[in-house]
Amino acid sequence: MMQHAEDKLILGGHTFTSRFILGSGKFSLELVQACIEKAEAEIVTLAVRRANEGGLANILDYIPEHVTLLPNTSGARNAEEAVRIARLSRELGCGDFVKVEIMRDSKYLLPDNQETIKATEQLAKEGFIVMPYMYPDLNAARDLVQAGAACVMPLAAPIGSNKGLCTKEFIQILIDEIDLPIIVDAGIGRPSQACEAMEMGAAAIMANTAIATAGNVALMAEAFKQAILAGRSAYLSGLGRTISKGASASSPLTGFLQE
Amino acid sequence: MQTEHLNESIFSEEILEDLKKNRIDHMTYLPDMEVLESDVMDRVLTATAAYDPERYTEADVRQALAKDNRSLEDFAALLSPAALPLLEEIAQAARRETKKHFGNSVYMFTPIYIANYCENYCIYCGFNCHNNIRRAQLNAEEIEQEMEAIAKTGLQEILILTGESRSKSTVEYIGEACKIARKYFKVIGLEIYPVNSDEYAYLHQCGADYVTVFQETYHPDRYETLHLAGHKRIFPYRVNAQERALKGGMRGVGFAALLGLDDYRKDAFATGCHAYLLQRKYPHAEIAFSCPRLRPIINNDRINPMDVHEAQLLQVVCAYRLFMPFANITVSTRECARVRDHLVDIAATKISAGVSTGIGEHSEHAEKKGDDQFEISDSRSVAEVYEALLKNGLQPVMNDYVYL
Repeated sequence: MMQHAEDKLILGGHTFTSRFILGSGKFSLELVQACIEKAEAEIVTLAVRRANEGGLANILDYIPEHVTLLPNTSGARNAEEAVRIARLSRELGCGDFVKVEIMRDSKYLLPDNQETIKATEQLAKEGFIVMPYMYPDLNAARDLVQAGAACVMPLAAPIGSNKGLCTKEFIQILIDEIDLPIIVDAGIGRPSQACEAMEMGAAAIMANTAIATAGNVALMAEAFKQAILAGRSAYLSGLGRTISKGASASSPLTGFLQE
Repeated sequence: MQTEHLNESIFSEEILEDLKKNRIDHMTYLPDMEVLESDVMDRVLTATAAYDPERYTEADVRQALAKDNRSLEDFAALLSPAALPLLEEIAQAARRETKKHFGNSVYMFTPIYIANYCENYCIYCGFNCHNNIRRAQLNAEEIEQEMEAIAKTGLQEILILTGESRSKSTVEYIGEACKIARKYFKVIGLEIYPVNSDEYAYLHQCGADYVTVFQETYHPDRYETLHLAGHKRIFPYRVNAQERALKGGMRGVGFAALLGLDDYRKDAFATGCHAYLLQRKYPHAEIAFSCPRLRPIINNDRINPMDVHEAQLLQVVCAYRLFMPFANITVSTRECARVRDHLVDIAATKISAGVSTGIGEHSEHAEKKGDDQFEISDSRSVAEVYEALLKNGLQPVMNDYVYL
């Protein structure tokens, strides 16, 4: 992708070439490394509640050192719990990045925007690079910008649903109106949907279940990488127009000016 | 006595004699039992009484399978006899839901029995107060030894059990056990006698986060004939335990009917209905199911789960999964290794390992002090279960929780 050598994703002052954020929670730990390599991912999420100081099946043992860890606060039900989990993550040596996930609903795992804004404000004050997972609402996104978020991560569909860009129109509004990277998180089920989100102008894609539940996990990670690259190139190149019905006259309304 | 679905393997002559004696009203709260303003129990009992498993057809089952979000009516169809011939399709659908919500993760834990004193007379349970077994209770030092030994196996989640004796195993005693457990484990669950919401709040402060209460059977009349004495006899106080636990600040609650005590379809239906109504009322609550079948006990090796064979067990487990895809499902050592290994590949998400249901068997130097609650069928160690999961393409997870 030589033509995009200067096209970087910047989060909290850190620069990334890859626009694919890989989830790590739902597949075998021994596949994590292969997946990261195939995806060429530079950021990998992990649930702080899964991270251990040591012992059996510790996910931290499987993530290569050059990869940036993005610990998430899953399990938090309010801002206070999210802040405490983020601090714990720092104590565990997981760095300053944190993905704020606050759910008060165990069925759909939908994010609580109001609490997310509160947690973002507190954590940004404490020097974290805050990446908030949110329901795509423009007002909430603006509040997150004010609160000091490093990006905004709207959901495309409920976590784990693989349903694709159900909230497409609202994500587009965020892309158009918010001056931070918009990273589409949750619900992306296929590489083609990731590609479409990137064509829309999303800054990056976060995916987990779509890859974890694939027949060949590492191969699907690679497929996502390619789709994201393609979507980004399409966005940068400027999409050609589409015509809804038949051909169109070249100047149907202003042609009379030439008469 | 109502004879339909009566599990005769439980009853001895002595028990039949005891059944003739006067007993307290099982539907009336005893003094000191907190009474909740809640309509959950009434709604569960009404829905269960109206549930007629024979009413459902193959078309109802197929319709339930085709849905994304399944209703109580769909759950009822999935538990019906009409669903049994479609078990393979049901298992495939359940597996898809499990993968979607949990990937290939399977959580590992072990129970620790810290006492087996009991004040209840539950005629199918090895711990019941009339059963002549060795009773014991671990002191703080012994609990610590046991927990240290368990932690060395790599486990980070523990489930603390006592028999149901409030006078022997006080709330304070259980609280101290939780505090010791906090030193060694990330996740602490409780399976103890039901308590009031302020006592659940106290135990939560001590480190516990999950409360599981087996309702055994949701049929009040059958419940009455199986629980002849003790606090456990009070049916509504037990049904409302999970709600009191949530009011006390517990993060998650577990539900179970002991399959084989009564009509297992109706009991499984009531269990799901109970969990469903509480999740709607407390949307943040994490929900878990256990799927125990009756097992032989000391002094009655005839006890069996009646008509709940492996296929029926699988049907119940899959119905729970399809109805509440996000819930944890635990498969206990009441089942053998073969069944457990398959269930975690289809629908279960939690598996115990290195299990003893006796008192004081984990640490090397300790001698077993008290007898078992029931006979286990899978005695594999933590390392053996861990390896079996890996071999099965599953990822053992030791910890998925931060105590806050």
